[in-house]
Amino acid sequence: MSVDQATVRRVAHLARIAVTDDEVAHLQGELNAILAFVDELAQVNVDGVEPMTSVTPMQLPLRADVVNDGDCAAKVLANAPLAEDGFYAVPKVVE
Amino acid sequence: MSNELTRLTLTAAREGLAQGRFSAVELTEAYLGAIDSSAALNAYVLATHDKARAMAQTSDERRAQGDVGPLEGIPLGVKDNYATDTVRTTAGSKILGNFVPPYESTVTGKLWADGAVLLGKLNQDEFAMGSSTESSAFGPTVNPWRKTGSTTKLVPGGSSGGSAAAVAAQLCAGAAGTDTGGSIRQPAAFTGTVGIKPTYGRCSRWGIIAYASSLDQAGPLARSVNDAAILLRSMAGHDPKDSTSAPIAVPDYEAAVGASVRGKRIGIPVEYRVDGMSSEIAMLWDRGAQMLRDAGAEVVEISLPHTKYALPAYYIVALAEASSNLARYDGVRYGERVAGRDIVEMYEKTRAAGFGPEVRRRIMIGTYVLSAGYYDAYYVRAQKVRTLIKRDFENAFAEGIDAVLAPATPSPAFGIGEKSGADPVEMYLQDVFTVTLNMAGLPGISVPAGLSSEGLPLGLQLIGRPFGEEGLFSLAQVIEEAAGRFPVPEAWWA
Amino acid sequence: MNMHARPADPKKLIKGATGDWEVVIGMEIHAQVTSNAKLFSGASTAFGGEPNSHVSLVDAAMPGMLPVINEECVKQAVRTGLGLKAEIHLRSVFDRKNYFYPDLPQGYQISQYKSPIVGEGVVLVDTADGTIEVGIERLHLEQDAGKSIHDQNPTMSLVDLNRSGVALMEIVSKPDLRSSEEAKAYVTKLRTILRYLGTCDGDMEKGNLRADVNVSVRKPGDDFGTRCEIKNVNSIRFIGQAIEIEARRQIGIIEDGGVIEQETRLFDPGRGETRSMRSKEEAHDYRYFPDPDLLPLEFDQAFVDALAAHLPELPDEKKARFVKVYGLSAYDADVLVAEKETAAYYEEVAAGRDAKAAANFVINELFGRLNKEGKDIASSPVSAAQIGAIVDLIADGTISGKIAKDLFEIVFTEGGDPRQIVEARGMKQVTDTGAIEAAVDAIIAANPDKVEQVKAKPTMLGWFVGQVMKQTGGKANPQAVNDLLKGKLGI
Repeated sequence: MSVDQATVRRVAHLARIAVTDDEVAHLQGELNAILAFVDELAQVNVDGVEPMTSVTPMQLPLRADVVNDGDCAAKVLANAPLAEDGFYAVPKVVE
Repeated sequence: MSNELTRLTLTAAREGLAQGRFSAVELTEAYLGAIDSSAALNAYVLATHDKARAMAQTSDERRAQGDVGPLEGIPLGVKDNYATDTVRTTAGSKILGNFVPPYESTVTGKLWADGAVLLGKLNQDEFAMGSSTESSAFGPTVNPWRKTGSTTKLVPGGSSGGSAAAVAAQLCAGAAGTDTGGSIRQPAAFTGTVGIKPTYGRCSRWGIIAYASSLDQAGPLARSVNDAAILLRSMAGHDPKDSTSAPIAVPDYEAAVGASVRGKRIGIPVEYRVDGMSSEIAMLWDRGAQMLRDAGAEVVEISLPHTKYALPAYYIVALAEASSNLARYDGVRYGERVAGRDIVEMYEKTRAAGFGPEVRRRIMIGTYVLSAGYYDAYYVRAQKVRTLIKRDFENAFAEGIDAVLAPATPSPAFGIGEKSGADPVEMYLQDVFTVTLNMAGLPGISVPAGLSSEGLPLGLQLIGRPFGEEGLFSLAQVIEEAAGRFPVPEAWWA
Repeated sequence: MNMHARPADPKKLIKGATGDWEVVIGMEIHAQVTSNAKLFSGASTAFGGEPNSHVSLVDAAMPGMLPVINEECVKQAVRTGLGLKAEIHLRSVFDRKNYFYPDLPQGYQISQYKSPIVGEGVVLVDTADGTIEVGIERLHLEQDAGKSIHDQNPTMSLVDLNRSGVALMEIVSKPDLRSSEEAKAYVTKLRTILRYLGTCDGDMEKGNLRADVNVSVRKPGDDFGTRCEIKNVNSIRFIGQAIEIEARRQIGIIEDGGVIEQETRLFDPGRGETRSMRSKEEAHDYRYFPDPDLLPLEFDQAFVDALAAHLPELPDEKKARFVKVYGLSAYDADVLVAEKETAAYYEEVAAGRDAKAAANFVINELFGRLNKEGKDIASSPVSAAQIGAIVDLIADGTISGKIAKDLFEIVFTEGGDPRQIVEARGMKQVTDTGAIEAAVDAIIAANPDKVEQVKAKPTMLGWFVGQVMKQTGGKANPQAVNDLLKGKLGI
């Protein structure tokens, strides 16, 4: 499979990465090289094979329903590029 | 004096500290001095002089009180994708800016609890995506090794290239790295050091900046097999904060170093004899097999038929997970933000400016293979192939194979810039021998076994059963004893 | 009954210009799981609080943070599945739903996509036209998002992650509902079941229960039409309004020759309209895949059985029991079981007493009075023991039904032991025939004209009874008064 430039733009937008027109052509070539490489997998017979969901044969551990975290707004906000009144602040989102 | 101290292996330094021949403060100062004159290597992205001195001081005080941890007073470097409390952590990326975590990763927390001293944070490929440490936002790390008679700068491998270079250049007694597709073992092979990627679930991933969650594992890089065994014992262990962490007790790995390997069955996978493998690597592999035979092990050929699909399957699984894991770097709660007219533009500009080209590429591939219409063809198929890869190993182990011997890398260290051309796949092929065990969740150790014709170190890799790290240490020790250790011949950078 | 084959009920059809239309409704209910801590972190689920105070480093998606699932949330989902008579899946998988939004710190929501914890089930819903069965498609666990505040700053949106990571159950119904009334009744019933189970408090004002409503219209007998999803409707009344408005909008479009576009819409109660949320629609591709930070959620049947063994009696069973054991009407039983607390209150009153009399007093006197005060049963100033005492006083003839109302009012407003109040305030019913007889004689003697009239028109007896009661301060036993009057008047 290979991608066209429209797909490169669509994927870049899905991934929220701005791309310039110059970059699109370049990226198209790189992505297609990688996709050609992974296309080798199409040769493998995977009939009746379960996809791996976890590499370790163990049970999902469960935590007790105890409040033992939180109440650390200062830590939560310490690295924020912009905060106001204890909130994170972002450019206005129009709903 | 300082050279004398930094030259010691971790094992020897531990003994010297125990005998009172030098203090943790003296040892730490020696390393800080070495770090200060190592700018040419760019191994450290941050040296934490004050913190190191304070920790060493406290360690000496503890020792005076008779309170001696397993790593008491041992100065270590830590790859920059481990969150270190109040110490800037960037994973080699611009997007994290001056991120200072208010928390400590579980693994580094265990190192400090055992008495170790933090010297600083080590360079790496951005978000551990790479095999040369060239994709770091801080610029490439330079391998302390050079070809005989050459001054050409070589890569130390990656993504834990800063860790490997620092260990080899004696800028720390040992280092914590991470391995997603070979990121500990390949740089260890490129620098003549020992690196082990333990079984998936052996070390906690909590507080380690994720690349690909189902593949990432922490592990040590060290100057000897015994050093690696000491470090892994401190790093490993169950962590209730990581749902994939194994609730299995940690054995005394050091006790396994030097244990007999007589009667062990070692598999040589025929599929690893890839087209174009250099005769140098092939000969090294044969020599390694002979070393194990000489120690009483039985070496047999085995088949791991899906080996050639491991690398393409790895790139799908790893990049899919990465595309999602890196979605949190959005300029809202931490890191660098680039302003935009609206929220979408803010996201797009922030992520375009914050991520380097390799990371952007990988996120886009990962996004593509998960997108509607492609998920089954790529992601589901890759996870099925992963099941087959794991089954190959299970079959071999079921037939009585104790460990698998293979080269660690297809070549010795290459030049900086040599493989960063138009085709990203060329770099990806570096991982051809190492990714299989990440896909299967198995432990693997890379141990130096010889020098190339140009005088560069070459490594062999031993792959074990799940949680069979002890066996790997025993086997690796046989190779270390037979092949010797490989210290950097000349500190040309200092 | 197969709901898809349920014939269109003419009473529920909507009249359009081209004939009658049937509305088809399916619901996705987001119910906040009742738990102390969040689904994957140890931060509190408490409502309110300072911004970003109930937030752990995991909830804020700090680099390297990992999820660990809360056992109680798993149990609550299983309990709810059992309450919905649904299939419990012993193995389920958590997936990541990837999208960017400022109140979604991870850049993905952990949810269950292909393998939910609970499969198909059913809810019985009583409507004015009988009981309908509403199929449950699935129930899955997922994380709630944080909250973005858009109106506090002119150029910025502010993000509070207190709700980020709180466990939600998404309960998806089949498209089995055929009117806004049915839809409202379904949500009401589901809410009652959740509250009985204690798995969700159902508080819609706090957003702890919210509905996405899928609405389509069709001519009776036709295939399903194209549906629109109305997001995040947060009251039962609004659910009804949104459906009516959306159905009429769709009918209007089709009758004007247009086609319905499948889309997400928002209900604006102020304007009484639904409107498109196209901005949120653009290029949605959630790229679901199993969360590699978690393993599949697996438990055995014994885990389910243990939870089933401790499940409370549910409203349907309780209602059936009230009808059977207490001999109540279906209507009265319905009223009493609507809330677990009222049913418990009633049962305390009914214990060892005339169950019907107890039901009458609880429903007519207590509920009426509480409604007037805007109080619920938990804040009732009158205890079940006090109501019981009043019912006993009626039963043993100590007070009349009329006095009982006065007594209830005193207990309601002033409190106190009903028996002592009756004693202290002389409210006892007069059963002494001598005293009653004297009053009867006096009334007869004073009203010869009325005596004549009553002989011709026996219904006049009520006037005499009233006079006697008045004279005795309402305390005379009405039966004794009746008997005496009839004897003396010869009727």
